[in-house]
Amino acid sequence: MSVALTRRPGLGRLKAARAPLHLACLGIVALVVLAALLAPWVAPADPNAVDLGNALAGPSPDHLLGVDAAGRDTLSRLLLGARTSLLGPLGVVAFSTVAGVVVGLVAGWRGGWIDSVLSRSTELVFAFPGMLLAILIVSVYGEGLIAPVLALAIAYLPYVSRLTRSLVLAERMRPYVSAYRVQGHSAAQICLRHVLPNIAPIVLAQSTINFGYALMDLAGLSFLGLGVPALTPDWGRMVFDGQTAIQHGYPLSAILPCVLIVLTVVAFNVVGERWADRVARRTP
Amino acid sequence: MNPGKHTNPEDSMNPGKHTNPEDSVNPGERVHALDVRGLRLHLPGAARPVLDGVDLTVAPGETVALVGESGSGKTLTSRTALGLLPTGATAEGSVLVDGEDVLTMGPDRLRALRTGRAAMIFQDPRAAINPLRRVGDFLTEGVRRTGVMTAADAGRRAAELLDAVGLGPELLRSYPGQLSGGMLQRVMIAAALMGDPVLLLADEPTTALDVTSQAEVVALLDQLRERFGTGLLFVTHDLGLAAAISDRVHVMYAGRIVEHGPAEALFERPRHPYTAALLAATPRLDSGPGRLSAIDGQPPDLRQELTGCAFAARCRYATDLCREAAPAPGPVACHHPLEGSRADD
Amino acid sequence: MNFLRFAVRRLVEMAATLLGASFVVFGAMYLAPGNPASFLLSGRSASPAALQAINDQYHLDDPFLVRYFRWLGQVLQGDFGRSITYRTDVSTLLADRLPATLTLVAMALVVVVLIGLALGWIGAVRGGATDSAILLSTTLAVGTPSFVAAVLLQGLFAVKLGWFPTSGTGDGLGDLLWHLTLPAIALALYLIGMLARVTRSAMLEALEGEHVAVARSRGVPEHEVIRRHVFRNSLGTVLTTGGLIVSTLLVCTILVESAFSIGGIGQLLELSTTTKDFPTVQAISLLIVALFMIVNLVVDLLHPLVDPRVTLGTRRSDA
Repeated sequence: MSVALTRRPGLGRLKAARAPLHLACLGIVALVVLAALLAPWVAPADPNAVDLGNALAGPSPDHLLGVDAAGRDTLSRLLLGARTSLLGPLGVVAFSTVAGVVVGLVAGWRGGWIDSVLSRSTELVFAFPGMLLAILIVSVYGEGLIAPVLALAIAYLPYVSRLTRSLVLAERMRPYVSAYRVQGHSAAQICLRHVLPNIAPIVLAQSTINFGYALMDLAGLSFLGLGVPALTPDWGRMVFDGQTAIQHGYPLSAILPCVLIVLTVVAFNVVGERWADRVARRTP
Repeated sequence: MNPGKHTNPEDSMNPGKHTNPEDSVNPGERVHALDVRGLRLHLPGAARPVLDGVDLTVAPGETVALVGESGSGKTLTSRTALGLLPTGATAEGSVLVDGEDVLTMGPDRLRALRTGRAAMIFQDPRAAINPLRRVGDFLTEGVRRTGVMTAADAGRRAAELLDAVGLGPELLRSYPGQLSGGMLQRVMIAAALMGDPVLLLADEPTTALDVTSQAEVVALLDQLRERFGTGLLFVTHDLGLAAAISDRVHVMYAGRIVEHGPAEALFERPRHPYTAALLAATPRLDSGPGRLSAIDGQPPDLRQELTGCAFAARCRYATDLCREAAPAPGPVACHHPLEGSRADD
Repeated sequence: MNFLRFAVRRLVEMAATLLGASFVVFGAMYLAPGNPASFLLSGRSASPAALQAINDQYHLDDPFLVRYFRWLGQVLQGDFGRSITYRTDVSTLLADRLPATLTLVAMALVVVVLIGLALGWIGAVRGGATDSAILLSTTLAVGTPSFVAAVLLQGLFAVKLGWFPTSGTGDGLGDLLWHLTLPAIALALYLIGMLARVTRSAMLEALEGEHVAVARSRGVPEHEVIRRHVFRNSLGTVLTTGGLIVSTLLVCTILVESAFSIGGIGQLLELSTTTKDFPTVQAISLLIVALFMIVNLVVDLLHPLVDPRVTLGTRRSDA
């Protein structure tokens, strides 16, 4: 049985994920998550405290990473921005994983018309790039975090459900399943107790990879002003705000969130790919 | 070119520059198509040489079989004749093809050798021929890309050779996927003859084929060898097949030639215990059922050094001497060659 | 090997998916809270006359499916309705804005294909430190959203060094190309990384093939072996990313056009989303989806030409 992880092309074989790079990326992930968790306590200033007289000032003891065009402390905004910037993708990944696993499980286990309906709709969702679907929904619901997160979750769902479906199809063929059936276990019991734990590592690895992409998409929406509300600190939004600062020759407040976005996405990609490689090798 | 016309290969295809041994550097002495002397091949990470003092000759027009299990080094030996060494490998000794040492050749000479004097027929034609390119492209590629022949000449010769292997020129336009395995191996053979070689290396050319195609390919090889006067080194694990096709047989085990001699004699009276065991493990039409016996144990590991005879660990006649000192190379590299006809009883 | 039947079947499949997409694009409007008329007016003056005009324009009193098929019929004739913000036909808006976007996408596509293939080729063939450097930089590239690339490139090459204009499209073709250089690079960066990786791994896989060793053993020069047996054999895999490349380009133009203030359909989509100009959003969404599917269709039809082993009718798995 051949079960291939569905990855976006380009990350198919991340052989560069040699130990040092992988460790560095794990470190980055841990650091960013820690920053997001502790942000309210470690942030040196109120991220929304406006000080127009001090606008675009460089690093100083008061503002370690300087301030933006509105005089807001960049370090504090970066720290608190980590929360929004990670929370969004987390929502996308959580929703698309749970819903995708349910859909894939049903399609793979039951087959028949449910399967064909689901694969047709998967085709349809694939035709809509995640960002486009998000924009479409935002244009109806207005800006905010919920609408784009839901839209992206729907756009990412097929990646998870298709993977789950193929895994379940392979798992169903294995002898232990029929053994349990003969013993009178119900399909639901077998799925929950045995099939799900067996396929979970692969699905979660896929979701980790999706996390990086969701972060990119959501940051892009924030950059367009279609994501989080204007005042909420968010990396994508900070890049947008910093664009004017750059044009005035003060690049710091834009470059820093750019760097953080890239580092975080790369870190999640590398960690996810590495994980995917390992679980892919373990499965028969 | 009229496909029906019988072409005389001696005239049209063989300019005669290689087949006449008297013309070459050592007048009086016959130049071998292949002359391997003391070939030793070291691989990085291996504790012992993968090839350990291989001696082997193939005269023009002669068929020599190189027999051994997988991993014995028979394929490596044949590939070395084309200068195809594994990455990181270092070689000692000499490998003379048509009198010239392959191991000391520069890239240009090597390329010339590969397009001309030596060619190889590979085991699995499906894997060996690029499925995305037409048969005609495969046939003419070597000679065209190196500028040996013009496109027109190469095309003409390809059609002639397809005819020689019993295929029609219309196949030039088809893709490998449209041909059967047997037909593809014929294409492979035709391709090997494109450069008018003095030496043909056939690496298990029948293993990937069905039984009927196997017999056809073997017969064809024999016929072509005779017609073109090429030396043929036939690499196989099948001792019976080797005896049937070749003049002389070399038996290889763990990188060493353990026994060599005329095919008939070796087949009827094997003198090395390994040859005997190999024969006993080969199904034969003339022996009754229940006579097959597998050879116990495994060939020695490349990661371990080898003292004494390589076969000692699996040999039922092994003595302390066998385990301590490697037997001297010769027709039978063994401390206690077998006597009598068959040793499989 | 019936190419025509295969083409027709794929065409029908594409039409079906497009129909579904159009339904989604049309139906999205009715997900909005409140009635469609107030959604379409959203915040603008809602005089009874204006309300009536909206009702008439969208036939809001008809049943949903009737409205959908009427809209679909108009769309098929190139009539996407009137833009609420710009008060002109959406099709006119699109016609005005498409050239800039298509030029940008085409430029980026050329950059992606040339540099992506070259990097993948070099990485696979050279190996060693060169390969590691290419892997590392492409890892960074696929982690860089196009808007981040846009802002950084703009800050360095336009603002600080002043080599390129910071925004706009300029006058005339030469000026347009000059204005679009930085945006095209920003747009291409992520996809260069992606394509380089796909090319690299496909070529590495092809390099393993025995036919490569055979070609070498027959004296074919190394660069010819790489071109004719390694690169050629990886083209099929590379081609299947075509649809993804084009759809990513189209979606990311939204970000890049917005960063560089380029008056293309991407910027138009952003503006009409913030102003809730739904007919325009519908039109552009449908356009992007349709372009993506057309490219996918072309890729599917080209595939047998690139790889004679592909039996028509067996669908390759989606990217």
